[in-house]
Amino acid sequence: MDVLNAITLFANFVFVPGLAYGAQLALGALGITLIYSILRFANFAHGDQMAFGTMVVILLTWWFQSLGVSLGPLPTALLALPLGMAALALYALAADKFVYRHYREIKAPPIRLVMASVGVMFVTNGLVRVIIGPDDQAFMDGERFIVRAGNFRRAMGLNEGLAIKSSQALTVVIAIALVVALFWFLNRTRTGKSMRAFSDNEDLALLSGISPQKVVTVTWIIAAALMTIAGTLYGLDKSFKPFTYFQLLLPMFAAAIVGGVGNPVGAILGGFVVAFSEVTITYAYKKFLTYLVPESLAPEGLMQLLSTDYKFAVSFIILVVVLLVRPTGLMRGKVI
Amino acid sequence: MFMSGDNLVGGYGGADILKGCSVGVERGEIAVIVGPNGAGKSTAMKAMLGMLDLREGQVMLDGKDITDLTPQDRIAQGVGFVPQTSNVFTGMSVEENLEMGAFLRDDDFSGTMEEICALFPILKEKRRQPAGELSGGQRQQVAVGRALMTKPSVLMLDEPTAGVSPIVMDELFDRILEIRETGVAILMVEQNARQALNIADRGYVLVTGENRFTDTGEALLANPEVRASFLGG
Repeated sequence: MDVLNAITLFANFVFVPGLAYGAQLALGALGITLIYSILRFANFAHGDQMAFGTMVVILLTWWFQSLGVSLGPLPTALLALPLGMAALALYALAADKFVYRHYREIKAPPIRLVMASVGVMFVTNGLVRVIIGPDDQAFMDGERFIVRAGNFRRAMGLNEGLAIKSSQALTVVIAIALVVALFWFLNRTRTGKSMRAFSDNEDLALLSGISPQKVVTVTWIIAAALMTIAGTLYGLDKSFKPFTYFQLLLPMFAAAIVGGVGNPVGAILGGFVVAFSEVTITYAYKKFLTYLVPESLAPEGLMQLLSTDYKFAVSFIILVVVLLVRPTGLMRGKVI
Repeated sequence: MFMSGDNLVGGYGGADILKGCSVGVERGEIAVIVGPNGAGKSTAMKAMLGMLDLREGQVMLDGKDITDLTPQDRIAQGVGFVPQTSNVFTGMSVEENLEMGAFLRDDDFSGTMEEICALFPILKEKRRQPAGELSGGQRQQVAVGRALMTKPSVLMLDEPTAGVSPIVMDELFDRILEIRETGVAILMVEQNARQALNIADRGYVLVTGENRFTDTGEALLANPEVRASFLGG
């Protein structure tokens, strides 16, 4: 019984949140990896562009709510999602046209594109704060839980309950569907294959008649879709705050690099590696261990390796260790 | 001539590498450019493809002046090009490499793909394998196959036998002879001058960006001066 309690406790506070967070990071890292391998620069504006897309979704969600439009048990934000994706795609294409294209045409070294993306990051960040404000915004509605802790506890006759938020379930389901669709697109369609070819060998792709402008445009549209979805799911699951999205940049980059930058499978794997490391290292195991060890050995401290305040240190350490030990990442991507 | 570069002058921004050389090829013919290192062999080929800004001279294809066309436009006009290095998509399967070669085609290219697989049987066998996992000779076959997917009227090969074993080289030359039989004009730059001139209908010996000797492959091989200076006696 105590073992079951311990497992439930662990599932409730570590596994389920880690899974949802991992899926959110994976979608973010997929976007980073896609931009890195096709546009050939590390997009520092990724977190803030995510915030931009999510902001549009939130504003539209509020508008829909004021009109009384809803999706019943599902969050209204899902209805606004496609529009948010389109808005961010337009924003990203505008940034490409007015900022990145110039550097691409003069064949600037990647670091200049990275610096340009830092500029885009600051502008986007400012824009989001001006439009929606720097504060926390809640926009989750519909059914909050799929499994409630109390119901679970009573049904199973345990001391501990397991709660599964609908935002968590949605995150995992949407992430799986999105990843399947993305891989199908990249491996089966002509446009997807041309993007892989462009990433693989740009000169040969040009010699084969692949239009770089089309590849770049499609890449931004897909990346914008991934960013908006990842941002919205993160916002539904936790809450929306522009600064938090900027901070997500570190775990997302860690995920992309751990998995092997430029490798989509690696990005997904990396997302979960970073998320679970963060959650397991900052979780206080006192109660969990109390269930498992004899009473006399019960721990007195919190049994927490690292305070949650330091969770970004985890991504940072993972990043540094991977770059030192295995710079190609787990799945053999490119070396940054 | 079907495709020709006449009095080509130009370089990569600095001093001129090509100093007025001319090369050309007819359909159903193999033309080979040979010469010592730094003679501008590959540069001449790049000029034909439009990857070089020419200061003087012109490039003609089937009677039309294509000097101002971009490489992409020339490929659309029926020029196929196999670069010396990085000439396959290493992370993509052999089949996908061929598909990318046919990217400009809107029609059904499965027939062309079958023809290429008949020419290079190994490609059919390995069609699901990433091109990066193949041996050097097999990669060259993928590279040539990719360039043939547009059904070019001119095929340009930049040192197709660089870094492959003599046996593979002979096999590649055999395949190139087969491609010639289909009426394609083949222009090649080669380090292995003797073997290349052996199969050449037309040979150009370039030295420091200028034509030194121009003749049939056979005549160049028989020319004592060419033999002494460029073919090692």
